[in-house]
Amino acid sequence: MKSSILVLITSLLVGGAGLTAPARADDASIVVQSTTSTQNSGLYGYLLPLFKADTGITVHVVAVGTGQAINNARNCDGDVLLVHAKSAEQDFVSNGYGVARFDLMYNDFVIVGPPADPAGIGGGHNAVEALKKIAGAKALFASRGDNSGTHKKELALWKESGIDPTAASGQWYRETGSGMGATLNAGIGMSAYVLTDRATWISFANKGFFVILVEGDKALFNQYGVILVNPEKCPTVRAAAGQRFVDWLLSAPGQRAIGEYRRGGKQLFFPNAAPR
Amino acid sequence: MQDFAESIRVAFHLVVSADADLLEIIGLSLRVSLSALVVACLIGLPLGALLAIRRFPGRGVALVVVNSLMGLPPVVVGLIAYLSLSRAGPLGWLELLYTPTAMIIAQTVLVAPIVAALSRQLLEDLHKEYAEQFRSLCVPQRTAIAALIWDGRYSLLTVALAGFGRAIAEVGAVIIVGGNIDHLTRVMTTAIALETSKGDLPLALALGMVLLVIALVVNALVMALRTTAERYAYA
Repeated sequence: MKSSILVLITSLLVGGAGLTAPARADDASIVVQSTTSTQNSGLYGYLLPLFKADTGITVHVVAVGTGQAINNARNCDGDVLLVHAKSAEQDFVSNGYGVARFDLMYNDFVIVGPPADPAGIGGGHNAVEALKKIAGAKALFASRGDNSGTHKKELALWKESGIDPTAASGQWYRETGSGMGATLNAGIGMSAYVLTDRATWISFANKGFFVILVEGDKALFNQYGVILVNPEKCPTVRAAAGQRFVDWLLSAPGQRAIGEYRRGGKQLFFPNAAPR
Repeated sequence: MQDFAESIRVAFHLVVSADADLLEIIGLSLRVSLSALVVACLIGLPLGALLAIRRFPGRGVALVVVNSLMGLPPVVVGLIAYLSLSRAGPLGWLELLYTPTAMIIAQTVLVAPIVAALSRQLLEDLHKEYAEQFRSLCVPQRTAIAALIWDGRYSLLTVALAGFGRAIAEVGAVIIVGGNIDHLTRVMTTAIALETSKGDLPLALALGMVLLVIALVVNALVMALRTTAERYAYA
């Protein structure tokens, strides 16, 4: 009885899935575990059709925080990892989960906030100093709090400032535990400072009155890397197709396409792969 | 607020222009949630009927468990489904993660307890009327269950609608097991979450309005079906 129900359910599900081609049934598609900033800024919408035209390979992007993306890739649930947290990426490779890591492109982080600027950080070019002022003024600060690349960067800046903001968690330090866009929505809703990558900020549609207050600090550099998930660890990885995607991104046409992508006339990502 | 006016305009425009992406997303939403509902009914109705008429040790515990499973948080179901269907998980060899099938499985887990618990209550009440007759005619249990479900079919439609409402409205489970992949696993609720995270609140709200209209249409269709069928049945 039990087994016949199982068979019935399985056949229903498989039948249902047959209506659209499953993601993994053909070799001409790969899954890329990536970050919300690349997705929300529309970069993939621009790059992937170009890649498909060149190679015929369909790329399915799962856009989550860097921490979750790395974790999913560790579980072999992706063929390529494209994120922005260099040391975590290097760990991923040195632990054998990735084949090799390549610098792909960069942009920078900025601190945005209300024009009233209660902590007086506007016009500054030093992120650590700005965070010190925010903490000193106990001005509201909205943190990702989700172990994403942006969150890791923010924590590194706090560490440098010698301040432990989590001691004030729930008071002036608000950890949203959600994505960049959701954190911006929350920050704007409660007039809190937010550290965000510039690509997400430029393409973000709900800026309200918020403006960029701190930018142009070397410490705010934001490097993206790309890694093929290791087929030795994960035999199911579409290594050939995944490698083609990595090679294409690092090649002259791929790098040119990244540099050509504009949003509102502004360049969001700056290609910087080493010539191969 | 101008966001509301703007989103009504956007919603209207999306529907009138029959935006291809929107139709695809609506189609997938309906396919996933209706499939989950069908599977959940296949599991939940017989289970509900069994719980309704059979007396066995531990029945009280079973009822409490099924009733509380109605409150399963979608995100927890999504997480469990992810861990099971992940390549590193026990069912990874099925290669179902990030497919509509994975979303159907997750929503089935969410909806089946609702169908089972609500139909149990309904069929138990119905059974009180029929029990003596069943006993006097020595009706086998399987036949009794079929008879109860058939006679309660119009009321059970409401149960199915409750299940459908749960499935079509949830985002927590499908965003984890589906991955919100464009043209593959993006449904209405995950699209709304995405547009919200892009800060495009008018578009997000417009999609929400479209979703509401879909729910209205489905409910109206079921209501019409039920009224028509009842008219023929009792005419």
